Amino acid sequence: MSTGEDTNAQRPDTAAASPPASQWAIELEKINKRFGEVHANKDIDLKVERGTIHGIVGENGAGKSTLMSILYGFYTADSGTIKVDGQERRITDSRHALALGIGMVHQHFMLVDNFTVLENVVLGVEDSAFIAPSLKRARGELDRIEHEYNLEVDPDAVIEDISVGQQQRVEILKALYRGAQTLILDEPTGVLTPNEAADLFRVLETLREQGKTIILITHKLREIMAITDNVSVMRQGEMVRTLKTSETNPEELAELMVGRRVLLRVDKAQAQPGKTLLEVKNLVVADDLGVVRVKDVSFSVRAGEIVGIAGVSGNGQSELLEAVSGMRDQRSGTVVMNGRELELKGDDGAARARLAGLAHVPEDRQRMGLVTNFQEWENAILGYQDRPEFGAGMFLDIQAAQREAEARIAQFDIRPASFRLKTANFSGGNQQKIVLAREMERNPDVLVVGQPTRGVDIGAIEFIHNEIIRMRDAGKAILLVSVELDEIRSLADRILVMFDGRIVGEADPATASEGELGLMMAGVTNGDAAGTEARP
Amino acid sequence: MTLAVILSTLDATIRLSTPLLLACLAGLYSERSGVFDIGLEGKMLAAAFAAAAVAAVSGSMWLGLAAGMTVSLGTALLQGLAAITLKGNQLIAGVAINMLAAGLTTFLGQTWFRQGGRTPALGPGERFEPVTLPLARELSGVPILGPIYADLVSGHYVLVYIAFIMVPVTAYVLYRTRFGLRVRAVGENPKAVDTAGISVTLMRYQAVIITGLLCGIAGAYFSIAQGSGFGNNMTAGKGYIALAALIFAKWKPVPAMFTCLLFGFLDALQIRLQSARLPVIGEVPVQAIQALPYVLTVVLLAGFIGKAVGPKAGGVAYTKER
Repeated sequence: MSTGEDTNAQRPDTAAASPPASQWAIELEKINKRFGEVHANKDIDLKVERGTIHGIVGENGAGKSTLMSILYGFYTADSGTIKVDGQERRITDSRHALALGIGMVHQHFMLVDNFTVLENVVLGVEDSAFIAPSLKRARGELDRIEHEYNLEVDPDAVIEDISVGQQQRVEILKALYRGAQTLILDEPTGVLTPNEAADLFRVLETLREQGKTIILITHKLREIMAITDNVSVMRQGEMVRTLKTSETNPEELAELMVGRRVLLRVDKAQAQPGKTLLEVKNLVVADDLGVVRVKDVSFSVRAGEIVGIAGVSGNGQSELLEAVSGMRDQRSGTVVMNGRELELKGDDGAARARLAGLAHVPEDRQRMGLVTNFQEWENAILGYQDRPEFGAGMFLDIQAAQREAEARIAQFDIRPASFRLKTANFSGGNQQKIVLAREMERNPDVLVVGQPTRGVDIGAIEFIHNEIIRMRDAGKAILLVSVELDEIRSLADRILVMFDGRIVGEADPATASEGELGLMMAGVTNGDAAGTEARP
Repeated sequence: MTLAVILSTLDATIRLSTPLLLACLAGLYSERSGVFDIGLEGKMLAAAFAAAAVAAVSGSMWLGLAAGMTVSLGTALLQGLAAITLKGNQLIAGVAINMLAAGLTTFLGQTWFRQGGRTPALGPGERFEPVTLPLARELSGVPILGPIYADLVSGHYVLVYIAFIMVPVTAYVLYRTRFGLRVRAVGENPKAVDTAGISVTLMRYQAVIITGLLCGIAGAYFSIAQGSGFGNNMTAGKGYIALAALIFAKWKPVPAMFTCLLFGFLDALQIRLQSARLPVIGEVPVQAIQALPYVLTVVLLAGFIGKAVGPKAGGVAYTKER
């Protein structure tokens, strides 16, 4: 492996000059990859046509990312062949993939946070032992690429100071600078506002016009329908089918992904809101560094309604959730439940909130919702272990706890149905069901839910959404926080948009357009963009 | 206070800062690449012993220096093997090196030389002598600047000059070269480096090798420049102080130099204060004064720097995740 000197093939100009030899930019044949017991890719065939946008959809763990990591040289396949521009290649590492004109924009950006844009761009493709000439050349080259593709970024900005959307542009610039002809994007819109996503799609379309090939990995069927030319569906490590996007529809794709019919739209009746159960008044919350993240937020949730809080991740939603559920002390303001003010300060604030009938499904199930090293039954009672039904005094009634766990496993269809299994060994969707089952079945008055379906399969999403609706119809007040705008729009009866720690607007999901919400999420407010008091 | 007293205190400051500075810069390379190095102390101690032993046996200070650097390099590679390749806990790897060095140097010293763990006293040619810079004597008559040049700038061991030259060299390497860019990147986000097609393992080993070589010079400085022979535990925790200086300087070369000078100054002051009678208090117990630099280290680290944010990926072995 070369350690220092760069090959000519990595220069942008030479890679661009290689003549197209085949109609197919990428051809994968019979790719297999195992990780221990898991057969992540089984005999995968995939052909990607040059100059198209090719979508790859599949649930979590379907093997999409593994397949792309093989193409990008991050892993090597156990067997199978890879052809780039019609020629068979062995891609042994990322450097090699780059040299063949394959660039990747990872879901979690591969950027060095305290480097400038320019430094990030040249990292790994420096021209010589001293970086000054590389930086100079990169500056000129970036200027050209930025104009060609309409991708504006300040080359001297430090990564940690720029927005996530801008960081993603840097990743794209990085790939283009390395001469990428084929660009792989792994879940690119997960961290973007709707407007940023629209910008990204415009950039992708420009790239396609310039003859680049784009592989788009996503689980959002709407994006597939909107931008791709072809789409391949993966399920459980296998390639199920490749279709022309114009000849398919979201329902068919969802069915192919899950292997059975899935209801994409949440089926729910009109909300019947009753009396106000949860009231948050003038809440101010600071994060661990003392930065105020929730700035004077007030709202209320009534019995039998779901209030959704939309917003781009990192605008204070996490701190709001933590404060309302008693995990984080508020600076000022009050949380009132059933007309009584909750005393949430102190280390046992969360316990007091639970006792008062406020259940909480935290955003991050692995860090806050579960002790993943515990067996399932232990997690099934966590937070409620002091209740009399699970034992008296200092002793735990293990039998009772396990009976409880068994009942919930059956009721929520948690798989595998074994309460002795270590929680870490359940899939994301099943872990989430464990948390939901625990919190919902204590019959709380108020349910606070954060990111209920993050990293959860479509099939489980359907189940979880229906359970949340069931709670609503049982007359509970539900506060839902999610960065998935689609989820908020389909579940919530009322949408509050949070930006920079404030509620910047309220909207009726039935009438508000995605564009309106997107503007609010980006902090653009003009009096009438926010919906009025829309109540049935 | 006369000029002579000030100059001699500052002169001592430079002498005492030198090993700190070398060790601090050594640690900078390793830690910037994401390998935390609590084993600076052990590497220096091993190098000090090897340098003195080889110098005594061979009669050559240069062979002594080479031996010190070689042993320190070997130790660094051992630590690297544990921390990088075997993905062990970096703190424990460092602590193990320190304990190994403390025990092994005394044991080998006693076995080979039978002087209670010491190595034989070194004669001329076996240890470094102060270097007199050109014109130092001639210019010493010039008021103020003369003595500063003659006493403060001139008249140090060659290793002292090497240490201070290493500061701009390190700054240049770190911020202006491809190697430096990659070292900084690998300490912040190794996955970004890996996906850019650069070997994380190779980068970290390269950094650790530099750490080993610089620690070797620092160790040799103790036994064949500043001292004339190895004594038990002669580095006396300087490796830890260098580590503190590195954190205090936020892993940057030039601030590292000033921090090491500050710690060196405290040490020099401490020596000067030992014989002095202070007003009111009278004569302060020697032990209390000797503790001063260490106490100040704690105070500085606790109170002055605020939150020191080191290289983000520091302390964690890199594993390609699924």
